Amino acid sequence: MNGGPFIISQSDKRPMYLQIMEQIKQRIVVGDWTEGQPIPSIRQLAVDFQVSVITVKRAYLELERERVIVTQQGKGSRVASSAGLGARLRELELEQHLEQATRIAVQLGLQPTQLEERLREAGDRVSEKETI
Amino acid sequence: MTDFAIELSGVEKKYRFFSLDHIDLKVPQGQIMGLIGPNGAGKSTTIRILMGLVHQDSGDVRVLGHQMPAEQVAAKWDVGFASEDMRLYDSMTVGWHMSFIQSIFPGWDTAYAQLLLKRFGLRAEQKIKGLSHGQRVKATLLLVLARKPKLLVLDEPTTGLDPVARHEILRELTNVMADEGRSILFSSHNTQDVEQISDQITFIDRGRIIDSMDKELYLDRWRRLRLEVPLGIKLPVLPGIIDVIQDGRLAVATANAFDPDLAMAYESSGAHVHSVENMTLEEIFVANVEHSREEVGA
Repeated sequence: MNGGPFIISQSDKRPMYLQIMEQIKQRIVVGDWTEGQPIPSIRQLAVDFQVSVITVKRAYLELERERVIVTQQGKGSRVASSAGLGARLRELELEQHLEQATRIAVQLGLQPTQLEERLREAGDRVSEKETI
Repeated sequence: MTDFAIELSGVEKKYRFFSLDHIDLKVPQGQIMGLIGPNGAGKSTTIRILMGLVHQDSGDVRVLGHQMPAEQVAAKWDVGFASEDMRLYDSMTVGWHMSFIQSIFPGWDTAYAQLLLKRFGLRAEQKIKGLSHGQRVKATLLLVLARKPKLLVLDEPTTGLDPVARHEILRELTNVMADEGRSILFSSHNTQDVEQISDQITFIDRGRIIDSMDKELYLDRWRRLRLEVPLGIKLPVLPGIIDVIQDGRLAVATANAFDPDLAMAYESSGAHVHSVENMTLEEIFVANVEHSREEVGA
């Protein structure tokens, strides 16, 4: 349950609660925190991250809303026991990147078919790099 | 027992060239309150009033439920106070000071004091006069922390410290929060420190409180919007936007009450919202002070 380094990046422009959410998700994705496992209390994690309790509380609330963790009054929080949570979190991350790319494409005035073409090209570049 | 470690209501104090104007401030128990404001804003005066070192002209001050300044003796058993102008005895050692404080305060934790000594890189046999500024600050904080008071009041605890020492102090302050019965109020110029460890933020400028609230809510209200404004389009004046700077087709708007509807309103006026950015507390600090000074017409 003890987690080693929890570190907030000062050069990361995102709010601290988002960074905390991401680091918790990472622990689940890599399998260090498993489904149904109890996780540190808000206060304990605040001490570990050296950030305010209110920031960790915000991160936990958002994670509950995303059904990544479950909190029971008086019993503390644990990782949700839904099967394949780690894989689902990876999916979620992919979706967010795709949405971001789509937003930029709309700003550039690209049509959906053009975006598809660009995605295929990006795929070619990635596989080229991997064969080198 | 009260739910607030500190409660100030309607506190006024007039000096010839400065006055504190109707200060209302509440620090919930178990939380860290960061007090920020420019030099001369009234942070130290506020702290001195709640420590009973300066008496308010009017208004109610309660510290751990004790009326101040009347009940300051009772309050001070459970309050640890540290500030720049606190003097240690130059010719005495760090260890002498530790035994001295231990003899007065029954809550002194010897093991924790030894641990702090090590963490802060201090030695008990060092005389105060041989210490650097940073070491003195750390020694003062050690003497306060090892008493394990219910409330810590720290005036600029990280000012003038190197990054390593600052980090050590911040770590000890967040460690205090492992115990939910303890609270901290600290003032700082370092907005990064306040942003990192505070649950509540209070802004003071020119003797008035500009804002005082939950840090997460507070940071969430402020946003910077980057806009592209086509020729011939005039940006609408929107509530919640406190500042707009435009140069050619690009504009930057600052919101202090952000709502996604604001971005929609700009879009429907014909402008394009390129990005909506979060702001650091430092950026908010500067924008807020400038804005509130404009409002008073100074």
